[in-house]
Amino acid sequence: MKLVTFAGPPSSGKTAIILKTLAHLQRDGRKVGVVKFDCLASQDAERFRAAGIPALTGLSGNFCPDHYFITNIEDCAAWGRRQELDLLVSESAGLCNRCAPHIRGHLAVCVLDHLAGVNTPRKIGPMLKTADVVLVTKGDIVSQAEREVFAFRVRQVNAKARLLFVNGITGQGSWEVSRLLEGAPDNAPLTGGKLRFSVPSAVCSYCLGETEIGEDHQHGTVRKIQIEEANHV
Amino acid sequence: MSEATTVGRSVLARDSAHEPQDGNGSPASRLLHTEDAAAEPSFTDPRCDEFLLLNKLPSRAAHRTLRAWWEAQSWDFRAESGWDYERLAEGLAAFLGVHAAMAEGATLRMLEIRRGRDKSGASEKYDLIFKPGDVVCLVGPTGAGKSRFLGDIECLAQGDTPTGRTVLIDGAPPAPESRFTGEGKIVAQITQNMNFVMDLPVAEFLKMHAESRALAAPESAMQRVLEAAISMAGEPFGPETPLTQLSGGQSRALMIADAAFLSPKPVVLIDEIENAGVDRTRALEFFVDQGKIVLLSTHDPLLALSGARRLVIRNGAVQQVIEPSPQEEANRVRLAALDRRLAHLRERLRLGERLDEPWAQLVGDTTTN
Repeated sequence: MKLVTFAGPPSSGKTAIILKTLAHLQRDGRKVGVVKFDCLASQDAERFRAAGIPALTGLSGNFCPDHYFITNIEDCAAWGRRQELDLLVSESAGLCNRCAPHIRGHLAVCVLDHLAGVNTPRKIGPMLKTADVVLVTKGDIVSQAEREVFAFRVRQVNAKARLLFVNGITGQGSWEVSRLLEGAPDNAPLTGGKLRFSVPSAVCSYCLGETEIGEDHQHGTVRKIQIEEANHV
Repeated sequence: MSEATTVGRSVLARDSAHEPQDGNGSPASRLLHTEDAAAEPSFTDPRCDEFLLLNKLPSRAAHRTLRAWWEAQSWDFRAESGWDYERLAEGLAAFLGVHAAMAEGATLRMLEIRRGRDKSGASEKYDLIFKPGDVVCLVGPTGAGKSRFLGDIECLAQGDTPTGRTVLIDGAPPAPESRFTGEGKIVAQITQNMNFVMDLPVAEFLKMHAESRALAAPESAMQRVLEAAISMAGEPFGPETPLTQLSGGQSRALMIADAAFLSPKPVVLIDEIENAGVDRTRALEFFVDQGKIVLLSTHDPLLALSGARRLVIRNGAVQQVIEPSPQEEANRVRLAALDRRLAHLRERLRLGERLDEPWAQLVGDTTTN
């Protein structure tokens, strides 16, 4: 079974492009499944099931979503193998942009959308930096010129990835993506493998449920903002 | 600017010499991020400052190498910034290398589309060859297969799409690694649905685009696009006009001028731009002058007759290739005159005039003017 991680900011079009892409693989007779990781709520599993794709939903709730992902991905992969899948897609929203669910040895895909603006590639960090494939959606409604500038900005943070313009509504580009998924490594080891980017080092009182504000309540690893007083405008 | 550009180029030249040509290896290994340590990127390039600034990192100061700079940072910073040396080196190399990579404009002498099959599996009748400066129109009802035809060109089909068509570039199949990348794409698109979404003045945006192309003289490139756009648009606008305030016609004109002069793509696909208040004849001239292959998906009579060929698409295949007859050419000239006449009427309405003279006078003699 191949495992491919899809990550991208909320509402960037991950689910739509995954659906269109998997449809090509289903036509080729592949058995595909999806596990959707989210924080509080997700209705996407129904959309996948409606398309005949077995789907799991993992809601991290009170836990750090990235820690939740990495502590559960093996169980999800085991589920996928029990379902005899050829390909399992793990889909997770970018959440705080600090982390990335990408795993060494497994194909990693980042989904961005043009409407988020040309500065987005510079803001979202490892989810984009460590991806093998970058899919940019919603290009049909922005100018060619903006698409080219966007591609350039993506390249500035990730020069190695394949960059593709796709459309989750019409499915434009999804066939190409399906070919890339076909070329993803098969049966790469997960247990004992490594994340491409570390999750945060901090464990502070707020991680453990503290809600009160004030220095007396701040314990553990705490980082303070550096304010330059001379910096007034 | 030109100095930074030269530096960007030399860095890439160095980079590509270092990097083994994507050779053997499985498709997967070519796709995956390699784990090999990044070579130490140049730290004397002034663009390093831009990289550090972008990532909110401390300044380059007097350090001559990235490693020296990294090691001079405090322990706290190195532990908590989210960076490590390898990632920084890789990030910086990527940042410096990207400039010239984007500048490589694809040159194309010939685009060939070998016949595929229609929706019922019957073989197509035509192999097509397009050359720079060709204007080709696609006609056919919705669902006939126009999008699929354009899609085949976009993904440089190799007999592996539903139509079975094969696209050759300069007589040869494209390199496999160029097929599945946005940069490897050869088609720039302009469609009716496209808008500028960036909140920037026209000039600033054009400069941003020119810079991303690493052009030697971004200022003059920008000026050329602006002049061309204004000459096509019904109403003038200036370099300081915000993109988002352009009218439909103005932004379409700007997109066309930008695609003609700033986009590196050798093929331009225009999807239905009629009624946009743009001088369409002039738009085509710009593309032809720039040696673009222009594909027009349109049923606008003036545009459709402007093409050297019309591809009639039905049931998923090119069923007919029409070259304009002398009579069609004569009709096109009259249509162009009619078009100018209508533009003139629009202009008069804009100025608050009435259009109440007798019909013959209003429409005038369409063979002149």
